[in-house]
Amino acid sequence: MKMTAMNGNDAAAAGARMARVQVVAAYPITPQTPIVENLATAIDKGDLKANYINVESEHSALCATVGASLVGARAFTATASAGLALMHEITGVAAGCRQPIVMPVVNRAIPSPWSLWCDHSDIMGERDQGWIQLFAETCQEALDFVILSYRLAEDKRVQLPVMIGIDGFFLSHITEPVAVPSQEQVDAYLPPREPHNLVLDVDNPLAINTLTPPGLFTEIKYQHKQAMENAAVVMGKVFASFAAAFGRKYSVVKKYKTEDADIVFVAMGTMAGTGRDAVDALRSKGHKVGMLRIISFRPFPTEAVQDALKEAEKVIVLDRSAGLGSTPPLALEVSRAVPDKSFTSCVAGLGGRDVTIATYEQALSVTGKTGVNWLDLKEGE
Amino acid sequence: MNKFIGLANGITTCEGCAMETAARHMIEILGPRTIILTPPSCSAILTGFGRETGWTVPSFMSNLEAVAAYGSGVREALDILGKGDVNVVGYAGDGGTLDIGLQALSGAIERGHRLIYICYDNEAYMNTGIQRSSATPAGAWTTTTPGGKRGDRKDIDGMLVAQGIPYLATASASYIDDFRNKVATAMKVDGPSFIHLHSACPTGWRFNPAETYRVGKLAVDCGLWVLYEVVNGKYRVTRKLKSLEPASNYFTAQGRFKHLSRQEIDSLAAQAQEGYYAIVAKEND
Repeated sequence: MKMTAMNGNDAAAAGARMARVQVVAAYPITPQTPIVENLATAIDKGDLKANYINVESEHSALCATVGASLVGARAFTATASAGLALMHEITGVAAGCRQPIVMPVVNRAIPSPWSLWCDHSDIMGERDQGWIQLFAETCQEALDFVILSYRLAEDKRVQLPVMIGIDGFFLSHITEPVAVPSQEQVDAYLPPREPHNLVLDVDNPLAINTLTPPGLFTEIKYQHKQAMENAAVVMGKVFASFAAAFGRKYSVVKKYKTEDADIVFVAMGTMAGTGRDAVDALRSKGHKVGMLRIISFRPFPTEAVQDALKEAEKVIVLDRSAGLGSTPPLALEVSRAVPDKSFTSCVAGLGGRDVTIATYEQALSVTGKTGVNWLDLKEGE
Repeated sequence: MNKFIGLANGITTCEGCAMETAARHMIEILGPRTIILTPPSCSAILTGFGRETGWTVPSFMSNLEAVAAYGSGVREALDILGKGDVNVVGYAGDGGTLDIGLQALSGAIERGHRLIYICYDNEAYMNTGIQRSSATPAGAWTTTTPGGKRGDRKDIDGMLVAQGIPYLATASASYIDDFRNKVATAMKVDGPSFIHLHSACPTGWRFNPAETYRVGKLAVDCGLWVLYEVVNGKYRVTRKLKSLEPASNYFTAQGRFKHLSRQEIDSLAAQAQEGYYAIVAKEND
């Protein structure tokens, strides 16, 4: 397979191109902008047969994407931070109308204060909107996840949109070798979209998204819940078929030296890679630690997490968002999955601050400390 | 030729609703190969409730500020899927158009999508219970302008003409043939089109529902709502008046102006009628 040097943004754009998206509606925002610049160029040069809509806001970007999807097109957009927050009203519509949109979210802190840099506070604001949420760690995953997400999203049993978390700068602007599949391989894996259910079609008229009385609303939401449960099952099949087609194996979680670990760190995105290096460094000093990376945050893989942590005595979760007023979001999920473990909640890497091996060492040093432990905090700033 | 019935009977709009009457004519002209977008507003009643819908064509209830944005995506997707003959039509009120929806509308027009946007203007947020919008005329009572609105309405038509929209028209539900002609014209436009439909509202304007047609007609005949179209910047008045009815007849026909003194009504009437001559002058430019 051809190896190409590309950064996370270009890899995500390559995934969208090879998925043959038909409508792209997007608005520029750092650090996402190169994804849609890349697609605009591909469409302009005729390398991708699609219509590009230069919308005037992220709100309109997602509306136009939903509109395109509603008439049966394979639709794509991408955003970050304040742009995602502006889309919030429409993320509910996209999911509630069960539209199989794929949207990279190039993670950037939500203001205030203003930051251009990575944390997960943007995407965590969308965690209960009914989208599937995957977190990439490598440029290869940025490409692969876009392609496999369309297969997952468009599955009749699922029919849900997917956000792919791509850590701003740490992944979006980092260049790595990427195995780029051939278009024929991708076409064989991902056939053209066959729209189901909620479709605006003059030959089969439907009224979609109408006012819904209390006697129906709960049941429609329940169908959405079932779709999310189906997504957990279908995701396993999609990962398996992807491995068969392309030779790269993915799972809802990624384990590293967890089997014999007394203490396991849990994190998402690029900081999990640093976590694996930290595990090696700490093991050389005699600490039996392991690393668990969560790839699918929605649906949350409770059983896979329980299985990965079954031998561990202690669990330390590193959230990349503050989760003010309670336990941060990832810690909340993991502590619910394994309520009987000794549990430590940490916050690190906000607003683009580096998460280093020293960060994990500090996390280890606060093991068992209750409350939320903020790591790398500069006292006196 | 059989008439195309695009909207069922028995819709639960208010008695005397001009928006509903206009919708029936609009969809008859547009025909079955049409997708309708309505925001949460009076026209959402046509799109439906629960398991019921009024339209026989596909319809979608958008978000209030986003009819034109959804429409942009629907249009571009239809075109790439080889369904370019399907009409994409937004049917939104004045709040969803002049206020919260202005950005999306302006963006869609600037990009040049082939969209038909029809704003039924009942001059306030009627579906939420008669709150002031930027289309509410000077002096009018609403629940959020209990002493009468200060300042004039937003000139949305002037704004969109300034933006260079290929086709813009005003219309009135009381001059339905004129409206039907303009819908038919909009269908032929290779780009965005905007029809600004004056929609008399007995509930919000405080008049007897049996008077809808007469009140809407008075607005036109007094020169307060000028019927015209602008094709690529060129104005044409489609209903010229030999003489103007006294505008005070329009104001006194409605409860929303009843707090105004005779002097205030005369002053508003004089100002408003200047608007008629200003449009006629543009035709001659």
